[in-house]
Amino acid sequence: MFDTLIIMLDATLRVSTPLILAALAGLYSERAGIVDIGLEGKILGSAFAAAAGAAIFGSAWIGLACGIAASVVLAMIHGFACITHRGDHIVSGVAINTIVAGLTVTLGLDWFGMGGQTPTLSGDQRFTDITLPFADALRDVPVIGQIYSNLLSGHNIIVYLAFLMVPVTYWVIYKTRFGLRLRAVGENPHAVDTAGISVAWIRYRALIVCGILCGIAGAYLSTAHNAGFLKDMSAGKGYMALAALIFGKWRPVPVMFACLLFGFLDAVAVRLQGVVIPGMGEVPVQLIEVLPYVLTVLLLAGFIGKAVAPKAVGRPYLKERA
Amino acid sequence: MTNNTTPYAIELRDISKRFGAVQANKDICLQVPAGTVHGIIGENGAGKSTLMSIIYGFYEADSGHIEVDGKIVDIRNSQDAIKAGIGMVHQHFMLVENFTVLENVMLGAEGGALLQQGMDAARTELKRLAHEYSLDIDVDAVVEELPVGLQQRVEILKALYRGARILILDEPTGVLTPQEADHLFRILRSLTEQGVTVLLITHKLREILASTSNVSVMRQGEMVAHRETAKTDKEELAELMVGKKVRLKVDKDDATPTDVFLSAKNLSQFDSQGVKRLKEVSLELRAGEILGIAGVSGNGQSELLNVLSGITPMDEGEIQFAGQTITASAPKNAAQMRDMKMAHVPEDRHKMGLVTGFEAYEAAVLGYHNSAAYNGAFLMNRKAMLDECNTRMAAWDVRPPNPHLKTANFSGGNQQKIVIAREVEQNPDVLLIGQPTRGVDIGAIENIHEQIVKLRDSGKAILLVSVELDEIMALSDRILVMFDGAVVGELDAKDADERTLGLMMANAYNEDQKGVA
Repeated sequence: MFDTLIIMLDATLRVSTPLILAALAGLYSERAGIVDIGLEGKILGSAFAAAAGAAIFGSAWIGLACGIAASVVLAMIHGFACITHRGDHIVSGVAINTIVAGLTVTLGLDWFGMGGQTPTLSGDQRFTDITLPFADALRDVPVIGQIYSNLLSGHNIIVYLAFLMVPVTYWVIYKTRFGLRLRAVGENPHAVDTAGISVAWIRYRALIVCGILCGIAGAYLSTAHNAGFLKDMSAGKGYMALAALIFGKWRPVPVMFACLLFGFLDAVAVRLQGVVIPGMGEVPVQLIEVLPYVLTVLLLAGFIGKAVAPKAVGRPYLKERA
Repeated sequence: MTNNTTPYAIELRDISKRFGAVQANKDICLQVPAGTVHGIIGENGAGKSTLMSIIYGFYEADSGHIEVDGKIVDIRNSQDAIKAGIGMVHQHFMLVENFTVLENVMLGAEGGALLQQGMDAARTELKRLAHEYSLDIDVDAVVEELPVGLQQRVEILKALYRGARILILDEPTGVLTPQEADHLFRILRSLTEQGVTVLLITHKLREILASTSNVSVMRQGEMVAHRETAKTDKEELAELMVGKKVRLKVDKDDATPTDVFLSAKNLSQFDSQGVKRLKEVSLELRAGEILGIAGVSGNGQSELLNVLSGITPMDEGEIQFAGQTITASAPKNAAQMRDMKMAHVPEDRHKMGLVTGFEAYEAAVLGYHNSAAYNGAFLMNRKAMLDECNTRMAAWDVRPPNPHLKTANFSGGNQQKIVIAREVEQNPDVLLIGQPTRGVDIGAIENIHEQIVKLRDSGKAILLVSVELDEIMALSDRILVMFDGAVVGELDAKDADERTLGLMMANAYNEDQKGVA
C-alpha cells in the first residue's frame, strides 16, 4: 500500500511539473494585468522547438534554449497585440493557440517528414533522471529512506527547477521592486503611470518571464517527460494551468498545491485504469480521465470561495481618463 | 514683476494645447509665489484638468514652457515632473487599493531592487512627514479599508515622500464631508507654512474663498482673470467663470404642501452580502414640496431611490402610493411604478439614465417606449418620436438640437437635460431625482433648478437626492439627512446651514451639541 502511494506521488510530481511552470508563467502575466489564455500555445510551440532543436543539435540544453526562444517570441507577439496595440487579450491568446497547433505539425512535416512528429530523442538529446546523493544507500531505510530515494530522488533537472521556481516566484513577487510594480500594474496601472513608471515596459518584462517559464514547461514535455514531439502533446495543460492559477487565487504557493492536486488526479486516473470494482466491473478509462476536469469545474464553481482576479486584468491601458 | 523678488515657485508661459479641433488650453500664463495656496477655478471643460496634466507630464504642451523656481524645466512625463518637485493628488485617487499605505507610498520610489531596505527607510521618512505636517496614518493599513479622507492623505504623503515642493490638488473635496474638507484645508495651510506651494483646482467657489490667497479663473481654455482672493467675492468669480451674471440662489416662493402623495414606513433593504443598506427609513412626500435628502455619497441614498422607484425590491416596510400599498410580499417593479405616475431621474445617467449608444430621440423615450404615443400598429412611430424630441430639445435648450446625435456625444449638462425632460414631460405626480446637476455646467444647473421648482409649483411632489449641500439648501423645502442607511435628522430648509448639515451628515450633530453644553 505504501509503495503504491509512493509510486503515485512520484507520478504526481512528474505530471505536475509542466503545470507548475505554466501556472507560474500565467501568474507573472496575469498579476501584471495581461490575461494569458495563450499558455497552451506557448507550451506546444516550445515543446516542438525544443524537440526539433534537440534532434538537430543533439543536445537537450540546446533544445531547451530553442523552446524558451520560441515561447518568448510568442509571448512578445501577445504583448505587441495586447500592450502596444491594446488588443483583446483573449482574442490574441486564442489566435496564438490556433496558429501554433497548426504550425508545429506543418513545420514538423516539412522538416522531419514523420507525420508531424519529431524523431525519437535519446541519450544527450533528453534530460535524464538525476539520482540524489546517498539515494541508493538509503533505499532500504523504512519510510524516510523510501520517500527520499523513490519519491524525491530520480527526477530530471526540470522537475527540481519547477519546484524551486515556487519560492523564487514568491520572493520576486512580494520582496522585490519588480514584483511590487508588477502587482501594482495589474491592479491600477494609472497609479503606476503617475508614479513615473512605464506601464508597457513592466508588462513586457512580465511577459518575457512568462515566455521563459512556458518555454521550460514545453521543453519538459518533449525532451524530458517524453522522447520527442507529438501532435497536440500539450493536451490542455495550458488551460489546466490557468484553472490552477485561479484555484490558487494568483498566489504562488496555493497555485503550486492546485497543480499538485490536478497532477495527483491525473496519476490516480492512470492508476485506476483496468482496475475491476466488484459489482461494477472495470472502471471506464474515459470516466477516470474526465475526473480532473470535473473536479476543476466543481471546485471553481463554489468550493474555494471567491477568487478575486487582479483588478486591471484584461483591460488595455489608456492614458486618457474619463 | 520685478527682478529683485524671489522667483515664482512655478510659472507657466503661453502654454497651448490642442486636441484635434478643440483648443483645450490657449496661451495660458500663470505665476504662483512659493508657499501660497493658489486656486484655479473654472467650469467643467474649461481646461483646468488639461493644464494640470501638462504640468504633471501626462500631456505635452504644443507650445509654451514651464519654469520652476525661475528655471525652465522640460516635462515630458510624470517622472520629469516628479524630478522637478511637482506632486499631484488626482481627483480619482491613483492608489493600488489592495496595497498597504507603505507600499503605495513606495511605488516608483522603492530605493533599490529589493524592497526591505527601502521599506525601512520609507517607514522612518513617513513618520517624520506625519510629524512635520500632522499627517498621521497607519502605514500598514490596507488602502481600500481606509476612509476616503485618509486615502487622500496617502496621496499627499506619496507626493511629499517624492520630495514634492509644488502640490497640485484636483477637485480634492468632491468625496469628502465638510469636516474632512476643513481638515484638508488645515493640512494645506501647514504645508504652505513649511514652504510647499499648493495649486488647488476646483469648481467650488466656497473652497476658493476659504483657503486660497490668489485665484485664477479659466473659461473655455483661456485664463480669463487673476485675483487676490481677499479682494474678490463669490459673485465676481462666478461671473468670471461663466461669463455672464448668474444667481447662486434659486428664486422660489415658500412651499405650500398639500396632500401626502407618497409615504414610506420603515423601509429596509439588504444587499447580496446580507448587509443592511437601508435601515427603517420612513418619510412622507407631499404635493407641492421638494424634499431634499442630504448625506455623504454611499449612505443609503442610492438604495432609497432604488427601493422607492421599484428597481430593487424592499425587504421590510411598506410604501403607500397612488392608493396602493406596496410591501415586500406585494412589490411593484419600476415599470409599474412608472405607470402609477412616478418618474425617476437616476443618479448615474450613464449607467441608468441613458443608453449612450442610442441616438437622442431613442434615449428620449426610454422607459416610456411602450406608450401609445410612440407606437404604430406594429412598429414604433419614428416620426412621432423625432417630433417630440425636437420639441423638447427646443423647450429645454438642449445643444446641439440634433435628435440623431448619439447621447454619448452630448456634454454632461445636455445629457442630463435629455433625461430630466423625458421624465418631467410625462407629467408625473412624484419625481425622484438623484444628483440632478452632477457634472453639469453652472449655466445648465440654473436651468435644471428652475425646471424642478416649476414642477413643484405645479403641485407635484419631488424627492431630491444630492451630495451637493449648496444644491440641497437652494432647492429643498424640507431636508432629511441620511447616515449609514438611516435617516438621522430632519430640518426645515430655512433652519439649515452648512455646519449643522455637515455635522448631521457625519452623524456628529448630537455629540457636538453635547460638547457645546
